[in-house]
Amino acid sequence: MKKTKLFSVLGAIGLACFSVFLISADHIDAPNVAATSADIADFFAFEGSNPDNTVLVATVQGPLAPMEQTSNAAFDQDVIITFNIDNTGDFVEDLVIQAVKRGDSMYFFGPVAPLQTGAQTSIVTTATRTVVKVSDIDSAETTSNNGMQVYAGPRRDPFYFDFNRYNLVSSGAVAPEGFLPPQDASDFFEDLNVLAIVLEVPNSMLGTAPTHVGVAQGYLPVGSAPDAYNIWVTTSRKQ
Amino acid sequence: MKIYKINLLLLAIFTSLVFVQCVDDDDNGNILNDATCDDGIQNADETSIDCGGSCEPCDGVLDFSGTYDQQDSMGRPAINTVFSASDAIKNLYNKVPPSLRATLQSEDGQTQLFQVAFQNQLEAYHDVYAVALGLDPETVNYQTNILGLDATGLTTLLANFDALQVAPNGQTVYYDPATALALTGRGLEDDVIDISLTLIFGGEDGTRFNGENDSPLLTSDNVSIGTRTYGDFPYLEAPVMLN
Repeated sequence: MKKTKLFSVLGAIGLACFSVFLISADHIDAPNVAATSADIADFFAFEGSNPDNTVLVATVQGPLAPMEQTSNAAFDQDVIITFNIDNTGDFVEDLVIQAVKRGDSMYFFGPVAPLQTGAQTSIVTTATRTVVKVSDIDSAETTSNNGMQVYAGPRRDPFYFDFNRYNLVSSGAVAPEGFLPPQDASDFFEDLNVLAIVLEVPNSMLGTAPTHVGVAQGYLPVGSAPDAYNIWVTTSRKQ
Repeated sequence: MKIYKINLLLLAIFTSLVFVQCVDDDDNGNILNDATCDDGIQNADETSIDCGGSCEPCDGVLDFSGTYDQQDSMGRPAINTVFSASDAIKNLYNKVPPSLRATLQSEDGQTQLFQVAFQNQLEAYHDVYAVALGLDPETVNYQTNILGLDATGLTTLLANFDALQVAPNGQTVYYDPATALALTGRGLEDDVIDISLTLIFGGEDGTRFNGENDSPLLTSDNVSIGTRTYGDFPYLEAPVMLN
């Protein structure tokens, strides 16, 4: 009887830990994609070390515990990761950069006009290919081709967030206090990893940026924000 | 059951083969690495040396054909998580391309599904704290934020125009308090959670619900990038190794 109780307690703890790891992302995402190989964890876009370039980062399948879980994580050959770039301001992708794994390498296609826009897509096989071997936890393989530089593999999760406290805050469980003071707050993602796709692309390959959407839609004052591409990342699974 | 036994037997044979290889390598002081597609031997699921299975096909032709369906989508950080109140809306949001989100109507056919859902959620967050503070939820509402966006403006921008704006010329930042430049990119160090919380709860000067004067602390989660450091390409740090 005692043993049974112990096991149920351990089981409950295990389940709780497991649930936490299932709560992935856009670092805490929708049930249909959470804990699948198509689950996007995060998306970053910033100026490169070379100011003429833009860096695009997509992380997937996070968060991963260090060592074994990170080593075992793998990109899915049936899932394309796409950076969608709107350079006209209508939020329809004018250019795409598609990444898909074949063998032990990640194949990047583009930037190139997509074969079709919207929720279904196909790989633009005629586009410029940049291929990099998928890195493991001990290596960082990179490739440069036509001014574009690429990486695919595990990295430390850059996202920082007191995620456990957020859940209590958003549910009202810790109302009215809210978040914790700095000495008590805790970054849930501090020691966790993700699978990352990183690419650096010359802005000259992305076309001319449109008027910033905030300005174009009248939400931000004219002149308050520079022209800017609209970029989002999607994952798509083979039918 | 039979298949299971055969599988077990095959596994045992395979494992012993690996072990034998390992012994060979030990003579040279080498460590047997995981099978790779360029190690010059046929291993793992390869059908010939370094090809087939999960390596490139042996005939050299890679298959990139087929149609792919959108599964997940992300523009600005945490939007779907924070503003989609139900699992159904979260799932739908991920599947609908950004340019079509404004066209989806709620059941009454009168309002935009996502924008209205987001605005309702925005107010619901405020109601929770109004109740906890003993106040009338009708009197504690979202207030125009540091970007000058009212509730409709904020939720329209978030729901119907959800992408990272990325400036090719100039600073790329989610929000820079020093210059008030907003939405021109997202850097690895940007505190997007504090920025988002401030845009939601901070009011016109970003100090509403900042934990002072007996107000709830809702504008910061009080965590920072901690020990993370960033260099040149691939910019992100090597994976954490500790157990």
